[in-house]
Amino acid sequence: MRDVAIIAFAQSEHRRRVDDRNEVEMLMPVVGEVLASAGMTMDDVGFTCSGSTDYLAGVAFSFVMTLDGVGPWPPIQESHVEMDGAWALYEAWVKLQLGDVDTALVYCYAKSSPGDLPMVMTRQLDPYSVAPLWPDAVSLAALQTRAAIDAGRVTVEAMAEVAARSRRDAMGNPKAQLAWDRPAADLLAEPETVAPLRRHDCPPISDGVAAVVLAAADAARGRASRPAWIRGIDHRVEPMALGLRDLTDSPSTRLAAERAGLHDGPVEVAEVHAPFTSQELILRAALGLDGDTVVNPSGGALAANPMMTAGLVRIGEVARRISDGEHRRGVAHATSGPCLQQNLVCVLEGDT
Amino acid sequence: MSDGAAADDVLRAPLVIEYPFRRTTGPVIGAFLTGLREQVLIGIRGADGRVIVPPVEYDPVTSEDLTELVEVGPAGEVTTWAWVTDPHPKHPLDRPFAWVLVRPDGADTAMLHALDAGSPEAVRTGMRVAPRWRAEREGAITDIECFVPEAGP
Amino acid sequence: MAELTLPASIAGVEPVRSVRTPAHLDYQFTAGEATSRFLRGIAERRILGERCPVCEKVYVPPRGACPTDGVPTAEQVELPHEGTITSFCVVNVAFYGQAMEIPYVSALILLDRSDLPIMHLIQEVAADEVRVGMRVEAVWVPDDELAPTLESIRWFRPTGEADVAVDMPGEGEGTGLGSWPELSPGSGA
Repeated sequence: MRDVAIIAFAQSEHRRRVDDRNEVEMLMPVVGEVLASAGMTMDDVGFTCSGSTDYLAGVAFSFVMTLDGVGPWPPIQESHVEMDGAWALYEAWVKLQLGDVDTALVYCYAKSSPGDLPMVMTRQLDPYSVAPLWPDAVSLAALQTRAAIDAGRVTVEAMAEVAARSRRDAMGNPKAQLAWDRPAADLLAEPETVAPLRRHDCPPISDGVAAVVLAAADAARGRASRPAWIRGIDHRVEPMALGLRDLTDSPSTRLAAERAGLHDGPVEVAEVHAPFTSQELILRAALGLDGDTVVNPSGGALAANPMMTAGLVRIGEVARRISDGEHRRGVAHATSGPCLQQNLVCVLEGDT
Repeated sequence: MSDGAAADDVLRAPLVIEYPFRRTTGPVIGAFLTGLREQVLIGIRGADGRVIVPPVEYDPVTSEDLTELVEVGPAGEVTTWAWVTDPHPKHPLDRPFAWVLVRPDGADTAMLHALDAGSPEAVRTGMRVAPRWRAEREGAITDIECFVPEAGP
Repeated sequence: MAELTLPASIAGVEPVRSVRTPAHLDYQFTAGEATSRFLRGIAERRILGERCPVCEKVYVPPRGACPTDGVPTAEQVELPHEGTITSFCVVNVAFYGQAMEIPYVSALILLDRSDLPIMHLIQEVAADEVRVGMRVEAVWVPDDELAPTLESIRWFRPTGEADVAVDMPGEGEGTGLGSWPELSPGSGA
């Protein structure tokens, strides 16, 4: 295995609606910032990989248009995943393992505001027996939450604590979209929206962009004073049929964490991609996190949830804290699909 | 990045996207949809003997071909539910309803549908429900209009 | 695939082989800054390109970025309404939603002083007389029909000027349509 590190991370401020810019206009400042932070230009980038889905804004091949924002001509080595940018990072990491390039730019973006996001996301469901019913993402998360409550793995009180802690932590995150300070007990007085979920249990709908630069071994040491080394990375998927899954657990996350070597050392910080409060509780159990781990100091996806982007933001948030010297070892998790269907775990370490 | 509020100079237009797809089913999903048209629920027996509904072509654990289609339900038991106070126009019902996962009698997995129950107080995990069939059926999941609480004993 | 066994309830009936799964999604499209600037120009009968500050190429319609340099294209350049056909096709096949009578000509037109051709219709000339290198000009809708849409240009028609040799922008780097010259490392940017 080649040592590969995250040497730079940048993200936009995440907003409910970015009307005045198209995708490439949203992307360019963030790509410029991440390259400058790594001390690089596009000429120094060996491989570029992006994550997005055209369904969000209804713009066909918008991912080709956004390539204009990185300067793809003369032709660059490039790829795209119809997934969160965390999976684009995985592809870039594999590419770096092959050894023919030493650096990679990974970016992802969401412009969800033009469409009806919860309904747009139903198009990823089984087209025969599920999608024709248009079960929106909030409804599916509510079904998962009820199952977890019935199984005794989650309580609405614990969910409210997650909501209150996440939005309070988000007050220290200048990129966050949703930040406030209210006691958890007050939240439970609010009405249920899609019971058992309340509004505070759900993520905001966000427009936003994120990017990281990866570099291998000497290229990383030469460009960053404290690279955040990827010590392990793995992703796993659950069956597509919701009825075939145990919605109260995340076995794919547990397995990915084992394969990524999460438990080979202390976990000082975790950024967990849990769009809904109950999902953080399910993921904490699957990742085996205890009270010694700081969870989602950024506020997590409950503070900003740009689709196809919030997962890469989790990785970037952990990498940034390691590069800053705030922590030495941490884990980032990304999810995709309904009810935590696909899960990626990335273990990051700084030099001792 | 600036807020939308400052974006008065930006042009906007409605954009409608329609996907007029007709999908082929293959014989296994086709059998499930045929059953819906005939007012029966069809599952398939997995390698470990479990009955999976809706049926899948391959065993979720061993990935071997599955071949034994079996009739289940159509009544069954709610395994989890969520109450929708404010239905979306695309939702199956135009009044408050519950999303449910229903495990049909004789099946070991659950399927998604809507439950017309009137109020959330009338819904609980474990309750008995049965499908309300549409009069006109074409072989689609929407041939079930929704599930309803099963009539009492 | 292995032979299936069916329960009696569906054994004797015509099987379902396909299912309609139509989907309708409503969006509110926003054009972004660069495209909005361009379309507002069109509503004033002006064609506004944008110049890259690094390579100085002029893009129309502008998307806000230079694909070679990855930088914003903020300088507006007002372009003439005349240009040269760099490629075209004759459409002889009817399709759903088609507004034109067939046959008609769809062409790439390199407006003078710009570096990227736009696509538009060619009319007021027989389809079999359209040529690469033909000089054409925009035919606009009447003033009271001008709107922020490329449909404010109804089509392009021949100017009657002599044909010009077509030197595709960037052809040496491989952007020539239909050609793909070998790239040498470090060419272009």
